[in-house]
Amino acid sequence: MADEVILLDFWPSPFGMRLRIALAEKGIKYEYREEDLRNKSPLLLKMNPVHKKIPVLIHNGNPICESLVALQYIDEVWNHEAPLLPSDPYQRAQARFWADFIDKKIYDLGRKIWTEKGEEKEAAKKEFIGALKLLEEQLGDKAYFGGDNLGFVDVALIPFYTWFKGYAAFGNVDIDAECPKFIAWAKKCMQKESVSKSVPDQDKVYEFIVEIRKKLGIE
Amino acid sequence: MAQTDLKLLGGWFSPFALRVQIALNLKGLDYELIEETLNPKSDLLLQSNPVYNKIPVLLHADKPICESAVIVEYIDETWTNAPSILPSNAYDRANARFWSTYIDDKWFTPMKSLLMAEDDEAKKALFGQMEEALERMEDAFNKASEGKPFFGGDTIGLIDIAFGSFLSWLSVIEEMNGRKVLDVAKNPALAQWAETFAADPAVKGILPETLKLLEFANALKLKWAAEAAKAK
Repeated sequence: MADEVILLDFWPSPFGMRLRIALAEKGIKYEYREEDLRNKSPLLLKMNPVHKKIPVLIHNGNPICESLVALQYIDEVWNHEAPLLPSDPYQRAQARFWADFIDKKIYDLGRKIWTEKGEEKEAAKKEFIGALKLLEEQLGDKAYFGGDNLGFVDVALIPFYTWFKGYAAFGNVDIDAECPKFIAWAKKCMQKESVSKSVPDQDKVYEFIVEIRKKLGIE
Repeated sequence: MAQTDLKLLGGWFSPFALRVQIALNLKGLDYELIEETLNPKSDLLLQSNPVYNKIPVLLHADKPICESAVIVEYIDETWTNAPSILPSNAYDRANARFWSTYIDDKWFTPMKSLLMAEDDEAKKALFGQMEEALERMEDAFNKASEGKPFFGGDTIGLIDIAFGSFLSWLSVIEEMNGRKVLDVAKNPALAQWAETFAADPAVKGILPETLKLLEFANALKLKWAAEAAKAK
């Protein structure tokens, strides 16, 4: 019985990267479809009528939207290999809490760093580094947030590392110096094939940010 | 089933705390309810939720779990007796989580803004957003319930909890603005669902009274207005 798995995505999206990594970790074959967000495909509009956003995972014709929802779906359906969430309910709650924290903080703060100016930018920078430090504390002495292997939080978080060159450059912040433990964890994740083959180069993402800033008229 | 190691840091006014109470009630669990006034926030709250300092927090044998959606899933996974709060099928679970997130994002956000809004134009736009969300929820209900009384089917599920917890605040918004939002003419299925939900034994008795909440809301509005004036 062949599963049909399609991923509607956009190459620099950290949310899309989460699903690429999870599918790779579990060895699931899927069809990657690049969306032009200025010209969304009829399939995307049909599969995500509520938000019209990527990523959308389509499994045997059924759409699953919202990256953390889809991540849990992937973990539950393909539970034969590489579990992302732990089995203990309390640890699962912790993982979900921190994944939600990442959703609430990292993307928006990161975006403010490369779009805002002056006080707003400084405030976002401060909060962003604060969030990374909180995550460092959570990591503790473990190799990964998931313990010995990549877990739910690792997969939710690592995609944002591809945006760090942009954050550092436009935010004028030395993330390596401020959060060395975080960077060490990120580099460890990038050594995994399921991660490195699923995410774009920091340089490529940086160029993308440069382009958007031009389009948005940000100096 | 008696349970003596459960504490809920909550507030009678908080729809998020209400979600946890409903989940605990559904599972037949005993718990100690600690009412937080949030003014000031208790040491226990600050210690138990250092990241956000917010209610609700569930303490299970003194171990804290924060964020209402996370707590509800924790309850469902730890106490596996009926009823199940999340569906058993993975696709249905994804659907339940999707709508639960949608409610926090597209229903709660305009609702909260409406509470603070003074401007008629702004209010009009916010009511529009709420009405759009209601249309989507009515559609989601019809699909998920399959003719049964709840989003979760025969018993209250995740979406019911996420959405139903806002019913009292919805009444407050309606009172304050002299207009119906959840209208039996426009949203017949949801109007029926709201009645069924409010009457359920797990919910009845813990929904805050509209008048009491209205008083609380008016006081909150004054507080926010004073803070905003100070900030200028």
